[in-house]
Amino acid sequence: MAWETVIGLEVHIQLATQSKIFSTAPTAYGAEPNTQASAVDIALPGVLPVINANVIRMATLFGLAIDADIAPTSVFARKHYFYPDLPKGYQISQFELPIVANGHLDIVLGDGAEKRVGITRAHLEEDAGKSLHEAFDRETGIDLNRAGTPLVECVSEPDMRSAAEAVAYARKLHALVQYLGICDGNMQEGSFRVDANVSVRPVGSSEFGTRTETKNVNSFRFLEKAIEFEVERQIDVLESGGTVVQETRLYDPDADETRSMRSKEEAHDYRYFPDPDLLPVVIDEAFVESARADLPELPDAKRERFVAAYGVGTEDAVALTQSRVLADYFEATVAAVGGDAKTHGKPAANWIMGDLSGALNRDGLTIADSPVSAAQLGGLIARVADNTISGKIGKDVFEALFKGEGESADAIIEDRGLKQITDTGAIEGFVDQVIADNPDQVQQYLDGKTKIVGFLVGQVMKASKGKANPKEVNQMLVAKLDAL
Amino acid sequence: MSHDRSIRDMVAAVAAGKTSAAELTTHYLDRIAAHDETLNTLISGCADTARERAVAIDAGAAADTPLAGLPIAHKDIFCMRGTRTSCGSRMLDNFVAPYDATVVERLAAAGTVTLGKTNMDEFAMGSSNETSFYGPVRNPWNTDYVPGGSSGGSAAAVAAGLVPAATGTDTGGSIRQPAALCGVTGIKPTYGRVSRYGMIAFASSLDQGGCFARSADDCAHVLQAMAGFDERDSTCVEREVPDYVGALDAQGDDYLKGMRVGLPKEYFAEGLDDASRQVIDAAIAEFEARGAEIVEITLPHTELAVSTYYVLAPAEASSNLARFDGVRYGYRCENPVDLEDLYTRSRGEGFGREVQRRIMVGAYVLSAGYYDAYYLKAQKTRRLIAQDFTNAFENVDLIAAPVTQAPAFKLGEKLDDPVSMYLNDVYTLPASLAGLPGMSVPAGFVDGLPVGLQLLAPWFEEARLLGAAHAYQQTTDWHTKRPAGFE
Repeated sequence: MAWETVIGLEVHIQLATQSKIFSTAPTAYGAEPNTQASAVDIALPGVLPVINANVIRMATLFGLAIDADIAPTSVFARKHYFYPDLPKGYQISQFELPIVANGHLDIVLGDGAEKRVGITRAHLEEDAGKSLHEAFDRETGIDLNRAGTPLVECVSEPDMRSAAEAVAYARKLHALVQYLGICDGNMQEGSFRVDANVSVRPVGSSEFGTRTETKNVNSFRFLEKAIEFEVERQIDVLESGGTVVQETRLYDPDADETRSMRSKEEAHDYRYFPDPDLLPVVIDEAFVESARADLPELPDAKRERFVAAYGVGTEDAVALTQSRVLADYFEATVAAVGGDAKTHGKPAANWIMGDLSGALNRDGLTIADSPVSAAQLGGLIARVADNTISGKIGKDVFEALFKGEGESADAIIEDRGLKQITDTGAIEGFVDQVIADNPDQVQQYLDGKTKIVGFLVGQVMKASKGKANPKEVNQMLVAKLDAL
Repeated sequence: MSHDRSIRDMVAAVAAGKTSAAELTTHYLDRIAAHDETLNTLISGCADTARERAVAIDAGAAADTPLAGLPIAHKDIFCMRGTRTSCGSRMLDNFVAPYDATVVERLAAAGTVTLGKTNMDEFAMGSSNETSFYGPVRNPWNTDYVPGGSSGGSAAAVAAGLVPAATGTDTGGSIRQPAALCGVTGIKPTYGRVSRYGMIAFASSLDQGGCFARSADDCAHVLQAMAGFDERDSTCVEREVPDYVGALDAQGDDYLKGMRVGLPKEYFAEGLDDASRQVIDAAIAEFEARGAEIVEITLPHTELAVSTYYVLAPAEASSNLARFDGVRYGYRCENPVDLEDLYTRSRGEGFGREVQRRIMVGAYVLSAGYYDAYYLKAQKTRRLIAQDFTNAFENVDLIAAPVTQAPAFKLGEKLDDPVSMYLNDVYTLPASLAGLPGMSVPAGFVDGLPVGLQLLAPWFEEARLLGAAHAYQQTTDWHTKRPAGFE
């Protein structure tokens, strides 16, 4: 039987606020345990939550960016369960009236086609603390630094049909929240956590199969692997006559498998009810409009602009708009080249996606800490464009810049005497010499093996120590050989 | 005698140097030492810090504050830094609060001296003060009788002259009912008038801090210092606090003249004890004699109040009390074998029976499948009850009614009959559900036990309540009576 995969993602987006959602304690990651937990966060008797206004603004920005409805009134509710890292015995979340609903995100598939993924809702909630099981012998430590960290939980429709689609959606969401400046996107630190609801059904069926929820997926690669494993597992279960159990599963990246965590029978009755300590969140049109005015240019719009304004291909534009930092770097580079943006866009994209990206990967760096600034790269591209140096020499200059061996491309070209020889007389000298020194190859050319000209050009370049303009060398060689 | 003086006089005497904060403090501490073994109004005393504080005030530490040197007591539901804050429960018997409740902070800033923390029903759940882990409070008018609850310790302490004023909280009548049963004046302000920050939550949408004192004038002084917006409580209303004290000063003898006072017929129907009714009738006659216009009104959804309240309050309580899990503070059972055992035994041993009963009821009404039938329905009936008052206040300025169906009952009498205990709140619950301000004013006695007159006003009209009660107290002396043995 042929099976169809159905995937919906629930993503926890940690909002990049200075303080917590309901207290004034700081949210910085990595502090000593329990040093960033206030009386409110540890739920002392008598304390009360007060909503952080910035959280409402960020959620509104998010809602606008996914073209969703911003609820004029949303309500915080209490979700009850007992666990030592949940200080109040309930989590303040949103249940019946979330702040954001009915949004969508358009993803680009492998074949270039676009697909719209629906976003059912996105609600605000507080994070719990952490239980530290390994740090103590037969005891569990509780760190409440994370308790009260603001989260947006974004729930998609079950619209994705493959692991690749799920990854494309997750990546897009990941880029979006960083564009908006509402999340640092750090998956290792848990700032962006993806849970995958996966089910399979026979192709053509309109009913959904029983789904499982896979947690603990902290990279896009693991997301893809976890979904692929889960799909195969479910198909195996069904094809061997079994039934899929609705349950929560944990992905184990070391074993590359998902494992059962708890089944629905053990599921909690969360006893949700509106939190009487908090007033409903009322958002008026003026607030929404002021948030809209604060919206930065979003990836889709930026991508289209890059194609139109810089003449880059769609694929490059998608890659360049993957992150705001990268897109900004690209634009700064083109600006530094000067002149016509449409002429220099393509080479700038090639340099960034090629040499720069390769060198950054090699050294484990990100674009944000690139040793080559956009201004330096732009300066280099300008020198290649005006034929001061060849593309090949350009690569050497780039390496030198990357290693910090010069202030600018111009300085390195000057210091190392790399300036391209465009003086026809000087080139003619090299050309004549090469024709004289390589009679066999010249004869081959004259016999019709015109491809040999490449070898002869190479010899001229070698003789000129790479500084001759290869285009001119080629023209001159061909002219002289044809005249023989 | 010093403890019969008004707060106004005491504060003026301290300010004028005619008496000192230290003298006042010593006087009341002596009375506590003499009487509290019998009454059990205080869970924790703070004699040493009180004496130090009084000395500091006499040295000028609270200069220009409105209540400089005034001794008070706080219900043990208010967190007070460095002091055990038990909420009347074994669960918090070992809990020393690391911060001050807003109410505690504001009264301290106003110059008061805290003598101790008063006894109360466990987590404010009770109408007799018998559910306290620290044993029941006795009613100073007859020590075989309950003082009412849940703020029984505060009411009894004021009645016995162990302290001139005390804070309390009212969720379903926990200020008005003990005030009535102990013969003192008590005010429960509008929901949102006084900050709940640092006040251990029972039912968050109902809990409201207020105070007990001997007279409306005394209450005005204390409330003046307590009330007002607090950004740490989202449900606290940002609205200017009127000059309660100044309004009473400016009030003429004809204050009640032309005031329309509504008597809800549902509060005078079956169930109201005849003798108590005569006391209430006499009080209303006094209002009429002073020029008030008495009209009968109807609050047709009154009968829904008890069932509405006993769904909503336990629902919120089951949630608010979830934090007491033996993990971070408070009672923890001995040698838990695993997490579930830690929870089950810590909560099973740390909470008393009434608290457990309400947690069970609350968890039930919030559970999947029952939520709509109970919690949601109760929210709707709550709105109907509130609407009754809105309608009524279109025609009257004030509502007058009994606080309870009868005077205080005997200790132990209703302990095994929760429903009868809950029905005790039938006249106080509706105003709580509507969030309205209410008072209990001493109005007479039945068989030597006090009876209180309940006054209710529209939202944020505390000044009107205080004004009416003050006017009444100008021509009556019920509020000045002292129980025998506590003169």
